Amino acid sequence: MKTKSKLEKVLESGQFAVTGELGPPASAAPEVIKRKAKYLKGNVDAVNVTDGQTAVARMASWAACLLGKEEGLEPTVQMTCRDRNRIALQMDILGIAALGINNLLCLTGDHQAFGNHPTAKGVYDLDSIQLIKMVKDMRDEKKFQCGDEMDVEPRIFIGAAANPFADPFEFRVLRLANKVAAGADFIQTQIIYNVEKFARWMEAIREKGLHEKVKILAGVAPIKSVGAARYMQTKVPGMDVPDAVVDQLRSVPKEEVSKEGIKVCVEIINQVREIKGVAGIHLMAIEWEEIVPEIVEQAGLLPRPQVS
Amino acid sequence: MLTTKQKPLEQILEYLDGENSVFLVGCQGCAEGCHTGGEQEILDMKQRLEEAGKTIAGISLIDFMCNDNLVRMTLQAHEDRIIDADSLLALCCGIGVQATSAVVDKLVHPGCNTVSMGGRHGEWREGERCMECGDCVLEFTGGICPVARCAKMLLNGPCGGSVDGKCEISPDISCAWQQIIERLSKLGRLDKLERIVAPKDWSVSLMAGSASQR
Repeated sequence: MKTKSKLEKVLESGQFAVTGELGPPASAAPEVIKRKAKYLKGNVDAVNVTDGQTAVARMASWAACLLGKEEGLEPTVQMTCRDRNRIALQMDILGIAALGINNLLCLTGDHQAFGNHPTAKGVYDLDSIQLIKMVKDMRDEKKFQCGDEMDVEPRIFIGAAANPFADPFEFRVLRLANKVAAGADFIQTQIIYNVEKFARWMEAIREKGLHEKVKILAGVAPIKSVGAARYMQTKVPGMDVPDAVVDQLRSVPKEEVSKEGIKVCVEIINQVREIKGVAGIHLMAIEWEEIVPEIVEQAGLLPRPQVS
Repeated sequence: MLTTKQKPLEQILEYLDGENSVFLVGCQGCAEGCHTGGEQEILDMKQRLEEAGKTIAGISLIDFMCNDNLVRMTLQAHEDRIIDADSLLALCCGIGVQATSAVVDKLVHPGCNTVSMGGRHGEWREGERCMECGDCVLEFTGGICPVARCAKMLLNGPCGGSVDGKCEISPDISCAWQQIIERLSKLGRLDKLERIVAPKDWSVSLMAGSASQR
């Protein structure tokens, strides 16, 4: 094992992993984290805590992770390059490792233009691939980005994102290969609604043997309403929501749409499980965390494996 | 005046690794004024590259390489020699490298770093092309600058928000990385993107607020 991560243990044991996601509040309220943690504890192997997702100022990911850890979660810090330069990134990496947080997802980050501070200066001193490599060098070489050495290295299980639906499609595999070469241990993908396209991407991944070098968790998320589906279909960059999914949600009475959304999510989980090289799922029920137990139960993914 | 400094010869030779024949392009505008890409510097570069075992396929000096039309017309006259070359080496500012890349179907190596544009943005209009970052990356990006044209200044792009050739922040903005990939695909040089570009030295950039370094 490279780290003390429970997620690493589950993945290395060959069991199908389930990770969840927790959105921290845009306030200083710890009880929000505690409430959401209840729905996730025991139902997923690790929980990503987002880092100012959609560029909205929220509670720091590491702080919310620490609160979640106190509630018994295995947290994954999400870290974007949007708001911190390489000095701040390394300071936070040392800090989270010292707090006993073992997982880190390295991201470039949503552009500040999307959020509630569109006039902010974006940092982007590093990009996600350079961040992955920096964490790996800190962990495996005990070296800061500048080359200076450290006494105690951060034992971090390194994650990265991949979007099989962004353009250019052919290049997405090469980009994943670069993330693996940089040091990614696991990958969490963009939310999948177009399973056929995801399967084609996985085929290209297998052709390069990348599924044997990195653990790939397929991103899934339940849709609550037809409006949400339409929004994702038309307004969220890099999302691919086929008309068939929207039509399926439209086909039921309004009060049953969220139930149908859960059904679609479980169907997609069952489909991606069958694709060779998929090591688990990443279930993103942001601001709908209470639905996680039901989805995981319906998908037959309980009980979760016990690892020390 | 667009102020440039020549890149170290070792770096240029690294760019030319595996290539034999190179066509040199110099600029008789600002680069001549900076003594980085005028006639004398082009002749010096020719000699140094020949000493390093390279063949010089030809030489062209252009009045203003930031003027893409002028670059196109001038290089057309050298088409035969350029076709025979493995690549081009441009001794000029980042705008000149990009203007050259836009008009020839060959890899164009940047021979200089652009450290300041002194308020001028060249003769090639239509938006920013060079951010005077002082550590030119056009070598890796098919002659299209991600520092100037990617909203996140990614050196290892594109991000997950690139769709239909457009940037995630606006459907009116082209994704620079889509353009980079298309250009390199056309040149059969996607291998350029297989290596991970290291974190950038921002200390030599005007954007880092370190103008005192000049």
